[in-house]
Amino acid sequence: MQALRSTNSFARGPLAVLLSVIWQASAVVGAVPPALSPTNIFASESTPAKSIAHLSVFVFVITGIIFVVVFTLLVYSIIKFRGRAGDAGREPAQVYGSTQIELAWTIIPILIVVVLFLATARVIHAIQDASQPPSAIEVTAIGHQYWWEFRYPKLGIVTANEMHIPVSDPENPTPTFLTLLSADTDHSFWIPELAGKTDLIPNHPNRMWMDPHRTGIFLGQCAQYCGVQHAKMLLRVSVDSPEDFAAWVRSQQRPAVQDESVAAGRRVFESTACINCHAVARTNANGRFGPDLTHLMSRATIASGAAPNTPEKLRLWIQDPNKIKPGSLMPAMQLSDTDLDAVVSYMETLR
Amino acid sequence: MSSNAITVPGAQIDEKPWVDTLHEWVTTVDHKRLGVLYIGYALLLLVVAGIEALIIRIQLMYPHNDFVSPQVFNRMFTMHGTTMIFFVAMPILFGFANYLVPLMIGARDMAFPRLNAFSFWLSALGGLFLYFSLVGANGLYGAGNAPDVGWWAYAPLTARAFSPGHSSDYWTLSLLASGFGSIGTAINIVATVLCMRCPGMKLSRMPLLVWLNLVMSGMVLITITPLSAAQIMLLVDRYLGGHFFDAQAGGSAVLWMHFFWIFGHPEVYVLIIPCFAFMSEIIPVFSRKPIFGYPVMVAATVCIGFVSMSVWAHHMFTVGMNSYANSFFTITTMAVGVPTGIKIFNWLGTMWGGRIQFKTPMLFSIGFLFQFLMAGLTGVMLACAPFDWQLGSSYFVVAHFHYVIVGGILFALFAAFYYWYPKITGRMLSEALGKWHFWLFLIGFHLTFDLMHIPGLLGMPRRIYTYEPGRGWDTLNLLITAGAFIQAIGTVLFVANLVISYCNGKKAGNDPWDAWTLEWSTNSPPPPYNFASIPVVASRRPLWDLKHPEDPDSRYE
Repeated sequence: MQALRSTNSFARGPLAVLLSVIWQASAVVGAVPPALSPTNIFASESTPAKSIAHLSVFVFVITGIIFVVVFTLLVYSIIKFRGRAGDAGREPAQVYGSTQIELAWTIIPILIVVVLFLATARVIHAIQDASQPPSAIEVTAIGHQYWWEFRYPKLGIVTANEMHIPVSDPENPTPTFLTLLSADTDHSFWIPELAGKTDLIPNHPNRMWMDPHRTGIFLGQCAQYCGVQHAKMLLRVSVDSPEDFAAWVRSQQRPAVQDESVAAGRRVFESTACINCHAVARTNANGRFGPDLTHLMSRATIASGAAPNTPEKLRLWIQDPNKIKPGSLMPAMQLSDTDLDAVVSYMETLR
Repeated sequence: MSSNAITVPGAQIDEKPWVDTLHEWVTTVDHKRLGVLYIGYALLLLVVAGIEALIIRIQLMYPHNDFVSPQVFNRMFTMHGTTMIFFVAMPILFGFANYLVPLMIGARDMAFPRLNAFSFWLSALGGLFLYFSLVGANGLYGAGNAPDVGWWAYAPLTARAFSPGHSSDYWTLSLLASGFGSIGTAINIVATVLCMRCPGMKLSRMPLLVWLNLVMSGMVLITITPLSAAQIMLLVDRYLGGHFFDAQAGGSAVLWMHFFWIFGHPEVYVLIIPCFAFMSEIIPVFSRKPIFGYPVMVAATVCIGFVSMSVWAHHMFTVGMNSYANSFFTITTMAVGVPTGIKIFNWLGTMWGGRIQFKTPMLFSIGFLFQFLMAGLTGVMLACAPFDWQLGSSYFVVAHFHYVIVGGILFALFAAFYYWYPKITGRMLSEALGKWHFWLFLIGFHLTFDLMHIPGLLGMPRRIYTYEPGRGWDTLNLLITAGAFIQAIGTVLFVANLVISYCNGKKAGNDPWDAWTLEWSTNSPPPPYNFASIPVVASRRPLWDLKHPEDPDSRYE
C-alpha cells in the first residue's frame, strides 16, 4: 500500500550511483507526462499506476542506453568495415572468436538483468501484496458480453458501466478494492491512468485496487477479446469528492422513482421480454442478464459507453440495438412507435 | 568438387506432359521438391494473410470506420494470426530446413523421405481445413463462417455456448493436422542430423544452420504436443460433454491459457531460431569472415531452447497469478534475453574487421539485426510484470511481436530467399528489384510498426474493430495503415522478382556468393542425388579449405 520509496539498496560505486540516479529521475519523468490522451499510461493518477509509470521510465532508460550502445556499434562496424573497390579478391583476417570478449558480453547482460529484476520485483510486491485497509471501498465488477456490472456489497448498490469511487487523500486513504468476476467469457478491466489491467475470468475471481489522487472522469475499456462487440465495451470511472460520492451513494440507494404519468410505458416494459434481462428495483423487473436500470438516468452513457444517454439515442437503442452496437446481445423488441415512445418516457423517469 | 554432378553425355531434356510433371510433384519424396512445395504453399498463404492484414488496417484507418462489420473484422484477425503463424512461418521455415539440411551435411536425402512427404501433405491439409471453414463452417445455427476466436482461442470463447456452428472446429482440426505434420518433420530433421552426416562432419563441424534447426526440431517435439493435446481436449469439451475448459461447469479457462502458451511462447523461438540460422550463414559470407564464437553460438541456442520452455506465463501476467509466480516468469523471461543478446554481439563480432558486401541478402540481414535488437528490448519491457499490466493486450504488444515476426523473421526469410534462390532455381534474383524491395519494405515496416507502439502506450487495446475519437490514436492509425500499403508494394515487387528472375534471371553457377558450406559445391539446382560422390569434410568451412589449400580452417579448429 505504501508508495515506492527511493531505493538506496544498490551497492556503492559509480555504476550503482548512476543506476540510483536513473531510478530517482524516472520518478520525476514518470510524474509529468504530456497530455496526449485521456488513456495515457504515463499520466498516472493513482498509486499502482504511478509506481508502474516510475518503473516503466526506469526500464525505458536502461533499455534505451543498451539500444544506443549496440546501435552505435552496429552502425560503426557497417561503415568502417564496408567492402571497398580496392580489396577485390583479398580476404580479411579470419578471426574465429575471443573468449574474453564473449565472457564480457555474457556477464554484463546478466548484471543488467539482475538490476531490472530487483527493481521489478519490488513493484510487483508493492502492488499485488498490498493489504486492504478498513477504510477501503469494496466493489465487485462483473464482466458480461459486452457491458460491466458494478456491485457495492456493503452499500447495497447495483449499477452498470460507470463506476463511481471516492478520491483517496494520501493522508487519509480511501482506496477502492475490486473483486473481478465474469459471467461469460474472459474480459479485462483497464483504466490506464488508475491501474494496470487485470482479467475477469469465469470461475477464477481476481482482485485489484486503485486510490485515485484527483477527481474527474477516467476512461478505459475491455482489454481482453471477449466476442463480437469487444471494441464497444467501454469503461468510465467517475472519481468523486467524498461529498459527491456520499450523495451518489444516497441517490443510488433510493428505490426506483414511481411516476404515474408514465404508467403506460412501465406497463409495456413489464409485459414484454425486457424484464427477463433487466431489473428495476422493487418492481416486477428483476432480470440479471442485462444492466440494472433502476437509476438509468444517473448515467452519462448507454450501451456500455457506445452512445451518450440522450432520449434520441435511447429510443434508437431500444428500437434496434444493432444500429448502435451490431452484435449486441440485446434483441430488437419490435415495439410499435407508441409503445416505444412510452417505454422511452418511462426510462427517462428512472433517475 | 566444383562440379559435383554426373554429366550424362548426350542427355536431352524432353518436354514432359504437364500431367506427368504434376504427378511427379504430388508423389515426390525428394527433400528438395518437398522443400519447394512447403515454400510455395507458404508464399501463397502469405499473400492471403497479407490481404487479411490490409483489410484490418483499412478498417482501423479512421475511428468509427465501417469498412467491414465487427464480425468480419474478428474473423480477419483470427485468420491473419492463425495463417501467418501456422501456415506461413512454420511451413516456410520447414521448407528451407528440408531443402538445406541434407545439402549442408552432405547427405542425399532426409532420413525418412516418405514421412517427409506425409508431413508436408498433413500441413497442407491443415491449411485447407482452415480456409474450407469459409464455405463449410456455417453449421446448423447459421453462425458465422471463418473462426473468430483469435489465434490463441481463449476458453470459454470456444465453448459451444459462445461459438456455435463449426468455425472453431475447423480451427481446431487445422491445428491438429498441421501439428502432426510439424511433429513428423521435426522427427525427420532430428534423425537426419544425427544419422546422415557425411564423413568428417562431426557435431562440432556442422554448419550453424544445421545446429539451429536441430534445436528448433527438438523444441517442436516438446511444444506441439501440449497444443495438440489441448485441441483434443477442446473437441471433447465441444462434442463429448467434457468440462476441461468449460468454466460454467467447473472447468478452468486458465488451464487452456497454460496449455496454449506453453506451446505459444517456445513457438516464437521455434520460428526465430531458424532465422538466427539464416543470419549465421549469410552474415559471415558477406563479411568474408567465419562466424565469431561458433561454440558460444551453439551453446547460446541450446540455452535459449531450454530457458524458453520456462517463460510461457509472461503471456498471462494479467490473469491474476500471485506475486511469486509473476516474479518467477519475470526473471526467466529477462534471462532468455542474455543468450539472445550474445547472438547479436557475435554477429556484430563477425562483421567487425570484415569486408562487408552490401548485396541484397546482406541488406536484409542488417535490417534484421537492428530490428531484432529493438524487438528484444521491447520484450524486456514486457517481461517486467507491472509494465505488462499496462502494456499487455495493447497495441504495444502488437507492435512488439510484429517487430519480432516481420522485422526479425520476415527480414531473415527475405535474406534467405535472395541468398539461396540461385541454388534452388539456378538463377540469380534481380539485385535492382531486390534493392527496391528492401528499401520500400524497410520504410513501410518502420512507418507501421515503430508508430504502432505509441497507441499502446496511450491505452489502445488490441482486437478492437473500431475505436473512439479523441484518444490520440487517430493520426497514428492512419499512418500505420499507410505503412502497411508500402509494405504491400514491397511484397509485390518481391513476388515479381521471384517470377521474372525464374524466367530471365542471370545464370547463377554453383557458387555465386563465394561461400563455404557444402550446398555450394554441387550444381544449381542440385541433381536429385545431391552429390555425385559423398563429400568428406575436415572443418566447419569445407569450401574455404578447398579454395585456400595454403591456409585451411582445419588447421585452427
